[in-house]
Amino acid sequence: MTEPVLSLKGVEKRFGSFRALGPVDLDVGAGERLGIIGPNGSGKTTLINCITGVHRPDSGSVFFESRDISHLQAHKRARMGIARSFQIPRPFTGMTVFENLLVPLDYCHVEGSKHDRARSVLASVGLSGRISDPSEKLTQLELRKLELARALVGNPKVLIADEAMAGLSEEEIDEVLEILFALNRSGVAVIMIEHIMHAVMRFSQRVVCFETGRLIAAGTSSEIAENPLVQKVYFGE
Amino acid sequence: MKKNSLLFLAGAIIVLTLGFLMPWLLRNPFYFFAGYVVLQYVTIATGWNILGGYAGYINFGAAGFFGAGVYLSAFLFTTFGLPLPLCILAAAIVGAVLGVLMGYLTLRIQGVYFAIATLGLVVVLETIVHNISGLGGASGMAVYGPRPPAWSLGPSQYNFTVMVVIAVASVALARWVEISWIGRGLRAVRASEDAAECSGVPTLRLKLVACALSGAVLAAAGAPYPFYTSFVEPVTAFSLIIGLNAIAMPLIGGTRTWVGPVIGALLLASVQQIATVTISSELNILFVGAVLIAFVAFAPGGISDLFGRNKGRARP
Repeated sequence: MTEPVLSLKGVEKRFGSFRALGPVDLDVGAGERLGIIGPNGSGKTTLINCITGVHRPDSGSVFFESRDISHLQAHKRARMGIARSFQIPRPFTGMTVFENLLVPLDYCHVEGSKHDRARSVLASVGLSGRISDPSEKLTQLELRKLELARALVGNPKVLIADEAMAGLSEEEIDEVLEILFALNRSGVAVIMIEHIMHAVMRFSQRVVCFETGRLIAAGTSSEIAENPLVQKVYFGE
Repeated sequence: MKKNSLLFLAGAIIVLTLGFLMPWLLRNPFYFFAGYVVLQYVTIATGWNILGGYAGYINFGAAGFFGAGVYLSAFLFTTFGLPLPLCILAAAIVGAVLGVLMGYLTLRIQGVYFAIATLGLVVVLETIVHNISGLGGASGMAVYGPRPPAWSLGPSQYNFTVMVVIAVASVALARWVEISWIGRGLRAVRASEDAAECSGVPTLRLKLVACALSGAVLAAAGAPYPFYTSFVEPVTAFSLIIGLNAIAMPLIGGTRTWVGPVIGALLLASVQQIATVTISSELNILFVGAVLIAFVAFAPGGISDLFGRNKGRARP
């Protein structure tokens, strides 16, 4: 693995007496493609929320480019280069597709013309034809693309795609995967959280598996597929 | 300057010119008396919409800010003899500070809890005024306003002209907020606070800015009121009718653009004024309630939404 761009050291999150996550140690290399799998309730989204700053960990630290960002608010982490998409798309309703991209551009530092940047990112995800449409009118695939476009318009160094392919057809999954591969080729580390196994296995250089808030296995796609602990989680004894 | 901004500027100049010329065109002072109330509600609805419409934080405390402006202005005039423009400016500043304080205390909660907390502001401020004898306490205080300037035909005409200026300034401020990065950030907050925060939007700071601007406009709307009525009392200055209208007018006109609150206030306040003199002032509340229910049920986006005013503000 290359030099870590993102590191979690002993990160733990509790909701009351329920421990949703951790303690977790995890490194993500610069430009890496990391897959995160695990059944529902295994702590994947809590993990993302702790990385992006939506939740503050109860203990442990999050490092981004060797800087401890555990105390930073989510918007500051986003400006540093940690972007995410949401499990259920959250378009900025009441705005056009174009305006949706202007929001991060207003608040994250990006070189050059904001309008040019928004247009070029929309073109890269195939949404040029919908640029002036209200975001409420997009299809499920287009909403997923808009989430990704909004996440990557601010030139992130890490993109966390939270179930970006949920509910899509095989062809649509291929489209989203191609966008993520292209983004990764430009040097962005991509963390993919997904239940669609063939997509995760195809995409990821390394896969980690979570269960009940703990990281139980890590390895390449084939190693994970043959791991007895992972098989037990998904198929039982 | 963009075409829409030029059109807005031209419209604002026309409205201001009419505001100054009206007293020479219309002789009946009642029109100015009624027009003042309509313009006051244009200002209140516009101020409320900066937080309630753009950011989606429903504020039931509009009457608190309005009443604070009323009493501050009355106090500054009767005690120090401050001229009206300075009273309005002071009210706007205090309204902004009050907005930030309210924001700090309440913005970490959302939805109905936020609404209830803001309602508390009205009760707290009204109770404070009730217990300050220097402000007249529960019995109120008489405010004998300044003699209108030589260019004005009378107190009603002067108050009307002052309110035209405040209303135009408020609408211009709301429009600037709407088309700026602040407005885009606030609309992102309204759509999804987590998504906005994860897009780099400093949501708490932005909401505080909205609270301050909204509070400033609402308090400024109340500043000329003592000179309009010559008498202020807590029951009317902090009246819940003001809070109800502040919400109803933008909802009827449309909350997503600056035009909505203006349309809603012009329509609703005009009808209320007509109903007051032709039928009954009590009928106002019934009318507001009925119209509000109708719009929430059949046109939740308000009148401006029906006419497609919610198209994108930034052209690709």
